[in-house]
Amino acid sequence: MSITADVIPRGPKPRRVMDPGRIMLYSILFVAAVYYLLPLYVMVMTSMKGLPEIRLGQIFAPPVELTFAPWTKAWDTACTGLYCEGLKVGFWNSVKITIPSVIVSILIASVNGYALANWKFKGSEVFFTILIFGSFIPYQVMLYPLVIITRELGIFGSLTGVIFVHTIFGMPILTLLFRNYFASLPEELFKAARVDGAGFWGVFLKILVPMSTPIFMVAVILQVTGIWNDFLFGVVFAGTQNFPMTVQLNNIVNTTQGVKEYNVNMAATILTGAVPLIIYFLSGKYFVRGIAAGAVKG
Amino acid sequence: MNSIEIRDLVLNFGDVSVLKNLDLDIGEGEFLVLLGASGCGKSTLLNCIAGLLDVSDGQISINGRNVTWDEPKDRGIGMVFQSYALYPQMTVEGNLSFGLKNSGMARDEISRRIASAAATLQIEPLLKRKPAELSGGQRQRVAIGRALVRDVDVFLFDEPLSNLDAKLRAELRVEIKRLHQRLKNTMIYVTHDQIEALTLADRIAIMKGGSIQQLDTPHGIYASPVNKYVAEFIGSPGMNFIDGRLTDDGGPSFQSAESKIDLSRYSFADGGTKQGDASFGIRPEDVASGKDANSMPFTTEVSIDVLEPMGSDTLVWSKLSGHDFCFRVDGQSDLVAGEQVPIGFDPQRASIFDASSELRI
Repeated sequence: MSITADVIPRGPKPRRVMDPGRIMLYSILFVAAVYYLLPLYVMVMTSMKGLPEIRLGQIFAPPVELTFAPWTKAWDTACTGLYCEGLKVGFWNSVKITIPSVIVSILIASVNGYALANWKFKGSEVFFTILIFGSFIPYQVMLYPLVIITRELGIFGSLTGVIFVHTIFGMPILTLLFRNYFASLPEELFKAARVDGAGFWGVFLKILVPMSTPIFMVAVILQVTGIWNDFLFGVVFAGTQNFPMTVQLNNIVNTTQGVKEYNVNMAATILTGAVPLIIYFLSGKYFVRGIAAGAVKG
Repeated sequence: MNSIEIRDLVLNFGDVSVLKNLDLDIGEGEFLVLLGASGCGKSTLLNCIAGLLDVSDGQISINGRNVTWDEPKDRGIGMVFQSYALYPQMTVEGNLSFGLKNSGMARDEISRRIASAAATLQIEPLLKRKPAELSGGQRQRVAIGRALVRDVDVFLFDEPLSNLDAKLRAELRVEIKRLHQRLKNTMIYVTHDQIEALTLADRIAIMKGGSIQQLDTPHGIYASPVNKYVAEFIGSPGMNFIDGRLTDDGGPSFQSAESKIDLSRYSFADGGTKQGDASFGIRPEDVASGKDANSMPFTTEVSIDVLEPMGSDTLVWSKLSGHDFCFRVDGQSDLVAGEQVPIGFDPQRASIFDASSELRI
């Protein structure tokens, strides 16, 4: 069979719907998604069942008698240690810890990063290296010294104390984040602003901050999820009145007396994880950047 | 009065010396171009004049006032950058007014200045736009406007046209020259593009390794370079060089492997010895060929290796005394490779450099 010269392929390249590679890819993605979603499914189903139904042991079965009582109990009346006021106390404590910690740490770290990127001073590189080194030291090592420091400052066992600790531990990674971002902005912009008469704060507030929304978003996400999920600093530094949600969740789930209320535990866990989850969904693209930035930390 | 005086300027980055005891006087209303290869210190010098880099030693005066340790805003300068450096979140108007607002200027004076600068640069329709909505040429015009509204005596340009395509670059080059003729400000212009330097400058300072090699008019630099580096740097294609010896028996002459060139018409630099090893340099533009060659004081014949037609003229590559030798002929010429052609030049137009010191003889 010969090919005639006037048959010339033209038009867009034909698309193969059933490309074997694609089928493979989507199958794997589908299986992975199901695998990771399964625990969430079990949690949601269990949280909406009564205890007798749970005892049947069919964890994948949807609830026969739908009930939201475990949710209200988890939020309102579940016992966390001595008090039986539910998770709502912990929720508001977490809010009170997270919001100031996020704001204060980002304010300080952004100025740090700006100074280290644009106003290099003698020893600024050494300073930066030491700061980064700080992020490699396990938190537990610094726990006891920090207890002493906060005690001496008179802020141990208070909201201020835990906010102080979160701010300190946010510094290395946030400073790195901001420094690298500001260093990636064209230097000539900074020079132009100086010729235009802007000083240290003028350049920062009027030129750099308005063009840095993405990195501030990343920092907020990183800090909100990190601080919300924190257990260690909350249990050590916040004081019993200010235990964050994670600590109270632990107290609910790990009670050693009475019946294990799996449905309440599941509801309480979902409630605690809801805040980071919502942030994941609302800011997917920024979150990925935040993870990538965090990856530098090692 | 000089607009800018630089005395003994030294700048070191750690152990690396970037500017070495540099002296420079720039006259009022002069257009000075700092020209050099990358890393020669030309942008560094400009940043020192702007006050964006702290000098290690020396003194910078602008309009008779010592500004060595003044902030950039207090030096009476406006600066235009290669990457335009427009503030992306502000409109064109915001970009132009930023510096004026910082200095606390009255609102109506700001709008008067913006209107006048916008008219000069023909950017009135763009005032409400953001930099991202502008083309490269428009952005650079706004960047020039930002220097213009400051109403300063000295303009600093840091490779302002390097990010633009060739056609736009040529257009804006003319516009900058026109602007200078109108405003009569002192302008310092950093570039690595010799065409920009030759077309714009009143004087060119050629820099290498942190010091100025030659400071002269474009013609002076082109016609009588002080050393071999400058001679090679300026001109495209570069100057032709032939190695040989200077002799002085019965009038000065240059003896190469194949030919002897009579130098009685060449004007020797003061103090130049007319003896010893030397390089004889002649620009491709100063070589005549064909019939025109006969009228020249020195004539010879070469064989053509390669022809490079460039439209208006054609570059001819050949060999003379074992060295590549290039000359220009008319674009209409019908030469072919391999052909023998007579060439000639006037040694008066040549530049001769000492073989070891590479200085002009």
